[in-house]
Amino acid sequence: MTTFAAVRLVAAREIRVKLRDKTFLISTLFFLLFAAGSAILPALLAGTPTSVAVSTPADADAMRQAGLDVRPVADDAAAERLVRDGDVDAAVVAGPQVLALDERPADVLRALSTEPPVRLLDPDTVDPVAAFLVPLAFAMTFFFTSQLFGVQIAQSVTEEKQTRIVEILVAAVPVRALLAGKVIAGGVLALGQIALIVAVAVAGMRIADGGGGILPLLGPALGWFVPFFVIGFVMLAALWAVAGALASRQEDIAGVSMPVQLVVMLPFFAVMFLNDNPLAMRILSYIPFSAPTAMPLRLFTGDAAGWEPILSLLVLLATTAACLAGGARLYEGALLRTNGRVTLRRAWRDRESVG
Amino acid sequence: MINLLRVEGVSRSFGDRRVLTDVSFDVPAGRMTGFVGANGAGKTTTMRIILGVLAADSGTVTWRGAPLTPQSRRRFGYLPEERGLYPKMSARDQLVYLGRLHGLTAERARANTTDLIDRVGLGERAGDLVETLSLGNQQRAQIAAALVHDPDVLVLDEPFSGLDPAAVDTLVTVLRERAAAGVPVLFSSHQLDVVERLCDDLVVIAGGAVRAAGPRDELRAAHTRPRYELVADDDLGWLRDQPGITLVDLDGARAVFDLAPGHDDQRVLHAALDRGPVRAFRPVAPSLAEIFRELTQ
Repeated sequence: MTTFAAVRLVAAREIRVKLRDKTFLISTLFFLLFAAGSAILPALLAGTPTSVAVSTPADADAMRQAGLDVRPVADDAAAERLVRDGDVDAAVVAGPQVLALDERPADVLRALSTEPPVRLLDPDTVDPVAAFLVPLAFAMTFFFTSQLFGVQIAQSVTEEKQTRIVEILVAAVPVRALLAGKVIAGGVLALGQIALIVAVAVAGMRIADGGGGILPLLGPALGWFVPFFVIGFVMLAALWAVAGALASRQEDIAGVSMPVQLVVMLPFFAVMFLNDNPLAMRILSYIPFSAPTAMPLRLFTGDAAGWEPILSLLVLLATTAACLAGGARLYEGALLRTNGRVTLRRAWRDRESVG
Repeated sequence: MINLLRVEGVSRSFGDRRVLTDVSFDVPAGRMTGFVGANGAGKTTTMRIILGVLAADSGTVTWRGAPLTPQSRRRFGYLPEERGLYPKMSARDQLVYLGRLHGLTAERARANTTDLIDRVGLGERAGDLVETLSLGNQQRAQIAAALVHDPDVLVLDEPFSGLDPAAVDTLVTVLRERAAAGVPVLFSSHQLDVVERLCDDLVVIAGGAVRAAGPRDELRAAHTRPRYELVADDDLGWLRDQPGITLVDLDGARAVFDLAPGHDDQRVLHAALDRGPVRAFRPVAPSLAEIFRELTQ
């Protein structure tokens, strides 16, 4: 059997176990409901248009053009009665004068007034709502996914150590095959979950407002997000696996993985808080741990040159290769030491198995 | 090509502590080799080195005359001292998985698993998650895990510890079959009575060094002092005054004694018959426990 076949077997087992794990299934279902909800709810909450009683046909046209629910009435008295009874939100009577119970009906007022035309000399290419939501979505996706699946990789490594099945595994297959299988399985599950969530969110948006909107705008940024995400995930997964190997019991993982959690958390907050500072974002888009969110974001807002994502991706790739090589060595050095926490120094110095 | 597992001059230290010194022994095909020693004598370390889970500082382990490779080790069956399987996987899935990791095809792994589940008496429990199995059934699953890929060599660290008598019998039957099929079987144990009953060959280790190795009967013969048991009708206190006799045990009409070299056992028998009826007179072979004590002192 080749190492490749061993990697595939290990990965397949990890995926199969996860797909039968109730916690995983329920959390995925929860994410899906959340995605569907946030795509559909805004349209539902937008509610019905303001109803307005109108006595003159000229005003009625203006109201209709503004998308309001117009109720033509015979005279002003009838209009006022409808407002008082609460049958309509507002009324336009002779004058013109607007009637309402206790709140100025802003959309009726807007429909009656004329605004001078505005010409923006330097318009934002992106809609401000999208400019706020997209960074949030990228950063959250990378943060939560790498955190969630990272912890699971660490737990699965520690489980093998804790149950001592690792000795049987190491006697049968190369240690690196175990590591690779786990990282690949984590990546496949993470991407699968995200793809499912995105599919549900897109379908939800289609149902809610007929598509359009933000999706076409996201295209190129999303295209870059995928490779950045995959490579960034592999880098972090290798680190999580080492954390799992250094621990001997599930209870130790939290403590041992502190440094890994920091390199996930700090870039997340940096991108969240500094995403309107071009200099900070330029720096963040080259630091491997923040690049997976920062670079697609700069591409989205259109202030990265064409060569920039390529350079950043190369930096990320090099760092990932280093993390994998160093991680594999630490993993080999720590995996068979089952008495308590293993220090990084020891794991680095003496690798045990000869397999 | 001879199916021989040979450990040659293996040494290993952990830091400043030397745990194995020049350990050499053979595990021949078709024989059960018992590996005995006190706790901390180096049994587990030796076995982990054989499996490649641990590296030796010096020395080699060869199989069929060639140094071990990851490929040849993949054909070994190993029962580690500290047991463990995936708690959230069924015994059956787990055995199939381990079989495939050891290089079996999916089909073969499934067939072997079904067969073994029957053999070790796991029966209908095989579909349950391992964490829900009783301790005894977990042990059975663990043993099946060491055997599922029809290993070329079996290395079992304390296979009998924690087993109930029924499971011991099952395991003994299975191991004997494998040995009869030409598989070298090395198993460690500190239960000397079990080893005595089972093994064909013995390796005695103490303080990280091999004190004796070879066929059990040869070992026993080499350590047999001329010792006899005598049972008569009357008190045997008179033996005390006979030349060349050292009493080991005297209990009225039953005595165990050692005879110094150059003294004739038949003369003692005649002396006993002169004093009255003799019910039994026989040479006594030392138990393994006694040989072990002698070797490791």
